Formats: sequence, C-alpha cells, structure tokens
Amino acid sequence: MSSLAGVSASNLRKDVRLEWRSKDAINAMLFFALLVVVIFSFAFDPTAEESRQIVGGLVWVAFLFAAIVALNQAWMRELRNQVLDAYRVSPAPANALFLGKAVGNFLFISVVEALLVPLFVVFYNLRSVGPTWQLVPVFLLGTWALVVVGTFFAAISLRTRSREVMLPLILFPISIPAVLAMVEATTMVLTGTETPAFWISLLLVYDVVFTTVCLLLFETVLHAE
Amino acid sequence: MKFKIFAVITFLLLSYALYQGMWAAPREATMGEIQRIFYYHVPSAWTSFLCFFANFIASIVYLARRNLKADAFAVSTAEVGVVFCTVVLVTGPLWARPVWGIWWTWDARLTTTLVLWLIYVSYLILRRYSTGQATPTLAAALAIFGFIDVPIVYMSIRWWRTQHPQPVIAGGQGSGLDPRMWHAVLWNWVAFMALAALLIWVRYRLERTRQQLDEAHALKAVGHAEGSFTR
Repeated sequence: MSSLAGVSASNLRKDVRLEWRSKDAINAMLFFALLVVVIFSFAFDPTAEESRQIVGGLVWVAFLFAAIVALNQAWMRELRNQVLDAYRVSPAPANALFLGKAVGNFLFISVVEALLVPLFVVFYNLRSVGPTWQLVPVFLLGTWALVVVGTFFAAISLRTRSREVMLPLILFPISIPAVLAMVEATTMVLTGTETPAFWISLLLVYDVVFTTVCLLLFETVLHAE
Repeated sequence: MKFKIFAVITFLLLSYALYQGMWAAPREATMGEIQRIFYYHVPSAWTSFLCFFANFIASIVYLARRNLKADAFAVSTAEVGVVFCTVVLVTGPLWARPVWGIWWTWDARLTTTLVLWLIYVSYLILRRYSTGQATPTLAAALAIFGFIDVPIVYMSIRWWRTQHPQPVIAGGQGSGLDPRMWHAVLWNWVAFMALAALLIWVRYRLERTRQQLDEAHALKAVGHAEGSFTR
C-alpha cells in the first residue's frame, strides 16, 4: 500500500513539475474557457435574474469542454520517449500511475475553475441567493466526477485512431448524470429555491462507484495489447 | 441447416405476432388504432435492454477469460441492441404525437432510453475507431462503465423530472391491460426476441469469420517473416 501511495505521489510530483514549467494544459484550458464564457454571453445576453437560472449550465459546459483539452494532453506526454511502455514493464502498480494522473488533472482543472469563477461573476453580474458555501462540495465532487472517468477514458482513446475526437464521444454519454447533478445543484444554490442535498449525494455516489470501477479496470486497460 | 430452421420459426412467430397485434387485440378505448404501436414499442424496448445486459455479461466474460468468442458475442448484442433501441426511440414519438400532442417529453423512461442509446452508440464508435489487438479489451471496459451508468442515469433523471409537471398519459397501460392485449404484447416479445437472436446469430458468425481471417493473416505474416529470416 505504501508503494501505491509513494509511486502515486512521485507520479503526481512529476506531472505537477512538468505542468509548472510548461503550463501547457492550464494555459490552453484557461483561454479556451474564457472564449466559451465570452461567446455564451453573446449568445444569450442574459439579465441578472436570467443569468442566475442559466449560469449553472454555462459554467459546467465551459469546464467540461476545457477539461477535454487537458485530459487529451494528459497521456500524450507519456507517449513521448515510450514512457508508457517503460511503465508497463516496470513493477510499479498500474493504479499508482492512474491515481497520480487523475489527481494531477484534478488540481489543474480546479486551478482553472478557481480563476474563471470570478470571471463568470463579473460577466454575468451574478449574486447568489442561496448559501454560497454549498458550491464548494458541488465543485469538488463535480470536478472529480469529470476527471476520474475522463482520465480513464483518455487512456482508452489514446489507443484509437483520431484520439482527440474520440475522448468526448465516449466521455459525454457516461457523464450525463454527473453533469446533470452539477448543473442542477449549482442552479439551486444560485437561485436559492431548493436544497441541493440530493444532487450532492448523487455526485458522491457517482464518484465512489466510478473511482472504484476505474481502479479495478485500469491495469487491464494499461496492459491491453 | 439449424440456422434455416430457426429462420423459418422466427418468420412464423413474427407473422403470428403481427396478426395478434393488428387484428386479435381489441381496439383501445381512448387512443384508438394508434395504440397498436404499443405492440412494437414495448417488446422492442425489452429486447434491447436484454441485448445490452447480454453485452455486459459477455464483456465481463471476455475480460475474465480473454475469449474472442465472448467478444464476438458482445459486439453482436450491442449492435442488435442499438437497432431495437432505435426502433423504440422512433416509435415512441410516433405514438406520443397523436396521443399526448407532443413528439417528445423529457420524462424519466424516455430520457433514460435516449441516454442508453447514446452510451451504446459511443461503444460502437469506439470499436470502429479503435485499432489493433487492444480493441476487445477497451470496448469491454467501456461496456462495463456504460452498464453501471444506467441505474445512476435513471435515478438522476427521475429526480430531475419529478420536480416538473408530468405529462398526462392518456389511458395508462400496465395494471388495466386487457388479457388479449397482454397476449399480443407477449407474442410480439417472443417474436422480437427470436428476431434479435437470429440477427445476433448472423452477426456473430460474421464476426467470428472476421476474427479467424485476421488470425490467418497474422499467422501468414509471421510465416513470411520467419521465412525471410532463415533465408
């Protein structure tokens, strides 16, 4: 177990250091999500009251698209210099690679979200009516829901022709309940109409179930020949 | 020979089920003749769900045993399941428009069926775009994700929709179904299951032939390589 934690941590450190030096994923995601924010505000041109209703959807669609940008790059790095092949023959546990990668993606996407949420507040004149702190579990659980399945599916789409196109095609259908939960919970908090307790627990169930499935199947996918 | 006999049986079953649905079952009181689409809509739905369940089992068997036969079965059931699921999604709006006055409503069962269709279409797309020996493993992993997702989808959509007005379902079926109607539904289901089995059979044989051809090509390539090496 300690080796799992240790190898995961060193994988994570490597990814964070690479990202810190290149800032490839974060820059691409930030600019992409910024473009989505601007284009949506042209497309809908909402008033303050309307934006409370629709921003839950806009925020998560923007982050979903931005996450695709980062997830597609996540495994590409490992293809250079046959790192992934080296990993396959090494005795390190496969799940350590997956966990390091997933936690790394989670951090990068969370940074982008933290930078972009103020932008949404400014551009859409947002003022939350419900208890704003409830957005914290929604964002943490929601981001993990996107990232854990996304990281796994990015490893699958890596093996296909036209990889970049493949990831959203397989990720979006599976993510529908998670996206629905994030959007509904965010809208409920912003409009203050109802408590988002059901949606937060649904996200929790989704996270627990799919994290388990990912850990059970990752080794198989990594070694698929 | 066995295949031909089964094809004839399927044809007879489909004919009898057609008679049951179109003539033997009584005319529905409020909806009229349009209700007869029920005998195609519901059996197609049951058949497609069973196909997806078979795909899930076959995927697990493939991952456990690495048996290419299980993979051939998985791809056949997924394709036939998508076909029947498409029939459900096409006959649904055709029925809803005259009865509810709308083509589509985002209610729990409709939406779940649509998401189910999306998941298995993405499975087929993955199979199409994936290259080489890894395809069956990757597809089996996606199939497991997809099947586990279905109850979560259903739960989320039911909760999402119970907060909004429900569509008025004229003359709800289920408890108040005439025994002759049950008869027609069940015969149609049996006939559709036979048709699905027949299609899966054809598709399975095709997939097995393709796999054997691939293996033969691979063996031949190895043979050539060895030949040139010894020379």
